[in-house]
Order: sequence, then structure tokens, then C-alpha cells
Amino acid sequence: MPQHIPLKDPSGDIRIFGARAVFAVLVVLVLLATILARYYDLQINDYEIYRTQSERNRVQLQPLPPKRGLIYDRNGVLLADNRSSHILSIVRERVDDLDATLAELQSLVPISGADLENFQLKLQRRRPYEAVPLRLRLTEEERALLAVNRHRMPGVTVDAQLVRHYPHGELFSHAVGYVGRINEREAQELDERNYRGTFHVGKVGVEKFYEDLLHGEVGYQNVETNAHGRVLRVLERFDPVPGGDISLHLDFKLQQTAFEALGDQRGAVVAIDPLTGGVLALVSKPGFDTNLFVNGISGTDYSALRDSLDVPLFNRAVQGQYPPGSTIKPMMAMAGLESGLVTTESTVPDPGWYRLPGDSRRYRDWILKIRGTGHAPRVDLHMAVAQSCDVYFYDLARRLTIDGMHEHLSAYGLGTRTGLDTTNERPGVLPSTRWKRKALNQPWYPGETLSAGIGQGYMLATPMQLAVAATVLATRGQQRAPRLIRAIGDEPQEAPLLGNMDAAPAHWDAVHESMRAVVHSARGTARKVGEGMRYEMASKTGTSQVIGIAQGAVYVEAEVAERHRNHGLFIAFAPYEAPTIAVAVIVENGGGASAASPIARAVLDAWLVADDEVGDG
Amino acid sequence: MGDYVRRLQLPGGSADLARRTPLALRLHMDIPLLLLLLALTGFGLVVLYSASGKQLGTVIRQGQYFLLAYGVMFAAAQVDLQRYQRWTPWLYPLAVALLVAVMFVGVGAKGAQRWLEVAGFRFQPSEILKLVMPLTVAWYLAARSLPPRFKYVLACLVLVSLPSALILLQPDLGTALLIAASGLFVLFMAGIGWRYIAGAVVLAVMSAWPVWMYGLKDYQKQRILTLLNPESDKLGAGWNIIQSKTAIGSGGWDGKGWLNGTQSQLDFLPESHTDFIIAVLAEEFGLRGVLVLLAIYLLIILRGFWIAVNASSNFGRMVAGSLTLTFFVYIFVNMGMVAGLLPVVGVPLPLVSAGGTSVVTLMAGFGVLMAVATADTGSRR
Repeated sequence: MPQHIPLKDPSGDIRIFGARAVFAVLVVLVLLATILARYYDLQINDYEIYRTQSERNRVQLQPLPPKRGLIYDRNGVLLADNRSSHILSIVRERVDDLDATLAELQSLVPISGADLENFQLKLQRRRPYEAVPLRLRLTEEERALLAVNRHRMPGVTVDAQLVRHYPHGELFSHAVGYVGRINEREAQELDERNYRGTFHVGKVGVEKFYEDLLHGEVGYQNVETNAHGRVLRVLERFDPVPGGDISLHLDFKLQQTAFEALGDQRGAVVAIDPLTGGVLALVSKPGFDTNLFVNGISGTDYSALRDSLDVPLFNRAVQGQYPPGSTIKPMMAMAGLESGLVTTESTVPDPGWYRLPGDSRRYRDWILKIRGTGHAPRVDLHMAVAQSCDVYFYDLARRLTIDGMHEHLSAYGLGTRTGLDTTNERPGVLPSTRWKRKALNQPWYPGETLSAGIGQGYMLATPMQLAVAATVLATRGQQRAPRLIRAIGDEPQEAPLLGNMDAAPAHWDAVHESMRAVVHSARGTARKVGEGMRYEMASKTGTSQVIGIAQGAVYVEAEVAERHRNHGLFIAFAPYEAPTIAVAVIVENGGGASAASPIARAVLDAWLVADDEVGDG
Repeated sequence: MGDYVRRLQLPGGSADLARRTPLALRLHMDIPLLLLLLALTGFGLVVLYSASGKQLGTVIRQGQYFLLAYGVMFAAAQVDLQRYQRWTPWLYPLAVALLVAVMFVGVGAKGAQRWLEVAGFRFQPSEILKLVMPLTVAWYLAARSLPPRFKYVLACLVLVSLPSALILLQPDLGTALLIAASGLFVLFMAGIGWRYIAGAVVLAVMSAWPVWMYGLKDYQKQRILTLLNPESDKLGAGWNIIQSKTAIGSGGWDGKGWLNGTQSQLDFLPESHTDFIIAVLAEEFGLRGVLVLLAIYLLIILRGFWIAVNASSNFGRMVAGSLTLTFFVYIFVNMGMVAGLLPVVGVPLPLVSAGGTSVVTLMAGFGVLMAVATADTGSRR
């Protein structure tokens, strides 16, 4: 029998099947009986219980939204609190004709398109007999009007709820961020259970970054209502867990000083405590009143903000990417010393221009236009930083190579996000041959190394990155992820240490000394800032070219002459001997560093000098 | 064999021989099964009208799905059983390939990737497996002597695990279990030894703890915990169970009457026209209505086993037995879940819940069942 397969014992097979089928039917019968018993139990034995329960399904579960955590500055000044606000809601099940009710309500109080849109969205996701919000922030007058007419409109309710309020409006718009009404995309991502009853969610900044912490846990109560939906009594109640209060490193006074010092100019100021990494001030101008967003910004308000040439919604401090210009020179000097390519004694001849070997093109020093010659016949490191000599750094950059620069400057946090606890932070660009190959698919050209050596060309940094770089200089190599949060409740939060450079103390001494000379020497580029100063500071000026540098789509429409002026930059830390604050300032189209340095001085004064001592300079 | 006989007869057979074959057999329809299905789908539409909040549109759309599904059933019944057997070794790799495709180019929602989109048309390859899985195991065992030897049982387990694992990865635990079950039912019908079955049960019990610790996702654990204590999650999943139990219980023996269920009509009941539709039926038609529904289901299952036992080939027997048992699993899981006996998994009440995909797949299964029932008219009568 070569194949035993098909011709087996058919009757045996059938017997097996028969037995199995009978067994299967028995199992099916038993399980169906189990199901039936369960339904019998529910429908016959417990009928009375469930009948009462369904009749009383006027007992309803109401979510109790938690109170959102408050946000304080380092001294306990409230930056974000909650205010009682009256909300007009509708219980769909109690309304016979929704369209008629909505029309009637619209004749009483203004209801915007955005309100209606939000309402329809919530309507689809509601639980039965859940009140769906239609209009937030009713005025006294509107409440009175509704109270008079409400008896004619069953299912319409007015309740009080806590809503976010920002007491200082524009001052902290970019530092704290804001909450707004939950949109459809967010509704899908959020935990539906925990956000039942919550209308708002953090949209940007600290409000978004710490959303989980600030929001808290939803509670609920079982209430008995009458046929018209009025609550008769609360049967049981589980309190919500309020969101955690947080305090930030921000200092109200310092923030205000920076805000005022910037005046009407566009720009950003970031101040960081180098010892803790705590962000003391974060200003981006222009800002906007964050309260506008809380209850749904109107279309005209929003398009005004969105379409403004000044892009007020753009957080320049963390999103703005600018060529850092000469502010990178102290870091370049440190790289030169550490790599052994220069010493404090070595010098470079400075005719006011530089030429690559075998190339006829002249790379000019900024001073050539002013004096027609270089800074001095030969320039050393100290003079190169203090007087911002381009030629010195052209030469250093060539010898260091672009990839050497990339390696050394990475230790200051350039080219990667600083890790600040906020949203939308951008990484800037610290170019390298690999970066250019990846980003542009082009080889690196030697001339580009020279531009990079003075912070131009492809190199881009955010003001936050420059402030962090200033703290790395101030702490002699410690790089911390900057932090806005200072404490959750009473529990202090620490900024993680990202790196610690292992460099010779003598090199730091030399670089610090050269940075001190920027202000405190006769020929320093920012000597004017030092007048009447009661402490010493280390700093560096910078100017970055606007023309020919892509700033993204942001400025495409802004091809106006004023907006072609150079950006002014300034980084500093003080007091010189034991720094307690580091700042970075950028003034867009300020013309040069002289637009930025007085702002930095004002911020340092506010932090270091007691109130009664300021103002005599 | 039966087909062989028929083929011998028909070409030479006279016209009156063909006329003597009943119309139903020529159309490959099993009349009792067809009548039961018509009764079930008709009842389903009546309940759906109430459950959907008297939306005629939903009922009409479901009616259209039923028309399509009956068409698919009719078509599936026309295919010769031996052709199914020949196609199976091609269908299985194709279905598995589609599942692999889902992993790479599939689309989905809420973290699960279950769908394939071809020319704007979306379908779930795992649905195909609901038919292909039993066909495959039956095809494999039909060529071997029964009860299957140990190594063949092992081979079957491999055939079952591969697609099940792929579906589990989507992740879709419910469907993966259903499909694995449909393959294992074939083994059961093939008469594998009781010691295998006992061993599998012991293994399943022993693996419960590690699966709970490492295998289940948080939301899956939550469902099981919610089942044990629905009060623990009143705002979330527990709500559904509390509401559906209230709906069922308040129906009593007589029910509140069609369109009069307060729970369902006042929208307390979630998913009332899809997975939780039995609660609407129980509320409005009472335990009487539940008994009628269970009776129809039971008759369909009994008819399915009758077809299986009387099939002309082992292949037909195994396929019919497995399809019938799988159909029962749907009923058991859905009715148990809504009544709070089993955790909430997305299994519809077969041929009653609104929805197109499951209806078409189920009816295609019944088409195959009818193909089994009418395969061998020549030899048997």
C-alpha cells in the first residue's frame, strides 16, 4: 500500500465525528444554559432592583473637574491662577428642539461660530444627561438675562466654573504659555475619562509641558435630579484631586526689567542662574495677551496676531534661530587653547583681511570698513576677544577645521535643543561636514569654515542656547539643561547636568579675562556699557547679518529696509569673580551689539544691585 | 467521490434526471438553514430600528449589508467543495501575506493597525482568516488518517499560530483568539486525543499568571478588572456594564415593548446598536425575546452540526463543524460580555449587531456550510 491516505476506514471516521459532534452540542447546550441562567437571574430574580434603577435613572453621574494647579514665580508672585467664570450649558436630552433653543439663546447672548463648533464637538462625545458647555465667561448682564428667560428653555443651565486667568497678560506670554479650549485632535489624544468635565488644556509653554501635573484627577458625584433635570440632592461624592501648584525660577521683577528694557524693539532676553540652570527671565517681544486664548480667541484677534509682520506668537527665545555672530568667539578661543593650536602668547598678523592659502579671495574684518586697517599689526587671543578681531578667528577656524569646531562648540549646547521644559524649542545649527552632507547634500567648502569661525554662514542659535552657552562659560564647563520649574509644591526640582568639560583652569582664566576686557578695557567693544557699573562682568558682543541669511518663511513678507539691518547680540555673566547670572540678548534689526548690551546691563543691574543703588550710572 | 459520480451521470444523464433534482439542491441552498438565517436577520433589523433610535437610515444600510451578505453566501455555496480543498493551499499563504502587509503598510486607529487600503477600499485581512483558518487545518488533516498523529497535530498548531500571532501583534487580541479557536475546533472535530485537550487546558491555566503579568496591555487588564468590579470605574468602562445590566434586568419577562426601552431610548446605553444590541432586545422584548433569539441560534447550530455529521468527506465535516462552533463562540462571548459574565471585547452579536464586515464574513461561512450540505447529492440520494 504505497499511499494509505484517502482510503482509510470511512465508517470509523464518521463514528469519531459523530461522537465529537454530540460532545460539542452538549458543551454548546451547557454554555447556552449558563447564558440563559444569567439573563434569567438579571431579568427575573433581580428584576425589581434593575427596574427601580432604570426608573430612577434620574440618578446621574456628574464629573467634577479638578482645579488646575497654580503657577508662581520664584518669590510667590502668581503668574497663572483660576477665576470663577459662569458657563452656559445645555443638557441635550432635556431639549426638544435643539435648533430652536440655540436660536433663542443666540438672540439673548452672543454666541460665536467657534463656540458653536466646540459645542457640537462636545455634544458628540457626551454622556447621556451630561451638560455640554455652549458659552464660557458670561457677564453679569448676560447671566441676568438668561436667568429671566430660562424657565422657557428646559435643559439650559448656567454653572460657575474655575477658568484660567493670567494676571500679567503679555509680560509672561512666552515664558508661561497658555491654556485653550480642547480641540478635536486633543480630545482624541487626552485620557477621555480624566478630562470629562475639563474644558481647557495647556497649549504652549509651561502650561503644556506640565499639563499632566497641573491638571489633576477628575472626581464625580452621583446626583438625583427631578424630571426637569434640576439637582435635588447629592447621593455620593468623590472629590477631584486638584492639580499640583508649581513655582518657576522666573523672577517677576527681572522679567519686568527685561521686558521694559527691550521697549518696542523685536527681540528676546534670556537670563539663567548658572549655578542651578534656573531660567530667571524669558522675554520674547512682541508678546500677546494670553487671556485671549483661554476662552477661544476671536477670528479677527487671531488673524491679527498670526498675520502681524512682527510675529508675536513666535517665541523668539526658543524658536528664533539667529546667526550667533561674534558671541561664539570666547568659545572659539577656548577651543583654540584646548586643542593647542594657539597659546595666550601666540599672535596672528592682522592687515584687516584674511586669505586662504592658494585662494585670492579676501575675507574682511569688520574693522577694515571703519579704520581701513586691522586691529593691530599682530593680534593675540586677549585682544582678539576684547576687540572682536575677525582675522584671528578666521585663522583659528581654518586650523581647527569645521569638524573640530563642531566637536568643541557642542560642549556649550550649540546645535542641539537645550532641553528646556517648554514646547516648540528648536535646535539651531552647528554645522559640520556631515551636517552639510545630510541637510544639503553638498560638500563642505574651505571658505565656509571661515564664516563659521565668526558665527556666520550656516551657524544658527536660539537666544536660549546662547544663554546656556554663557552659563557654560561662567561655570567653567558645566552644561545644564535649563529649567523653568523650580519646585512642585514644596519639592525643589533640579536641572540635570548634561556635561562637564575637562579643561585647563589657566585656559578658562585667559578666556574669562578677555571677556572681562570687552567691557572693562579702553578698547573693548562694549566699553560704553561699563560706565558707572558697581560690579564687573564678562561678556561678548555680536552682530549678525540679515541679508542673504534665510530666516525661514517668517520674514518672507517682511522685505522692508528696516528689517535688513543687522541683528544686535550680547552675552554676559556677572559678577565676574563668582557669577550668579548669565544673560543672552538679541535685538532684531538693532543695527549692532550696541542695541543689545544696554538691555543686558539693565537686567544684570536689576539682579545684582539693590534697588536704591541703581540709577546713578 | 460523490462529485465523481455526479460528473459521470450528468453529461450522459437525461434532462428529466436534472429536473428531478430539487431546485434548492441545484442552487446549493440548504432550506432549513436559509429559513433560520432569514428569521434571524429579520429579527435583527426589527431590533436595530429601535436600538438605533428609530433611524431608518441605519436600518436601510444594514439591510443593504444583508443583501450583499446573502449574495456572498449564495456565491460561496456554488463553489464546489473540492475546489475549496484545492484552493486552500493558495488561500492560506495569500492571507498570511496580507497580514504581513498590514504590519508594514496597514492603516489603523487608536494604536492598532488592522486595515489595508486598496484603491480607497478598506478591509481587514484578519476577517479573511476567519474562513481560511478552518479551511486550512481541515485541508491539512483531510489528507491524513484520523485521528491525527502527534506530528500532524504539531504541524496544525504551527499553521494556527502563525496568523494568530500576526493578528495579536496588530494588536487585536479578540480576533486572534477567535481565529486560533476556529483552527483548534477543526482539530477537535478531527478527534484528537483527550489527553491533548487536557494538556492544553492545564497549559492554559498555568500560563494565566505570566500572561497577566507580561502579556496583557494595561487596557486589557483594566477590562478584566472592570468585569470583576464594575463599580471601580464608574466613569469609564464600568459605565457600559452597569448600564447594560440595568437595561437587561429592567426588561423582566415581558419586556417594555418595542421602541419603549427607557435605557436604550434615552441613550443611557452605549454602543446600543452595535456590540450592546442584545441589551436593547432584552429590555424591550424581555426574557421571552431572549429565549426566541437563543432558540433561533440553537437551531442554526444544530443544523450546522447535522450538516457536518452528514457531510460526504472528512474535509467537509471538519470545516462545517468548525464554522458552526465559531459561530457559537460569537454568540457566547457577546451575550456573556453584555451581561457582565465576560470581559468587554469587541465581538458583535452575530447577524444582529449593526455592521458590514462581520455580517459578510459570517454569511460567507454559511455559504461554505451550504456547499458542504449540497456537495454530494448524487451518491447519497
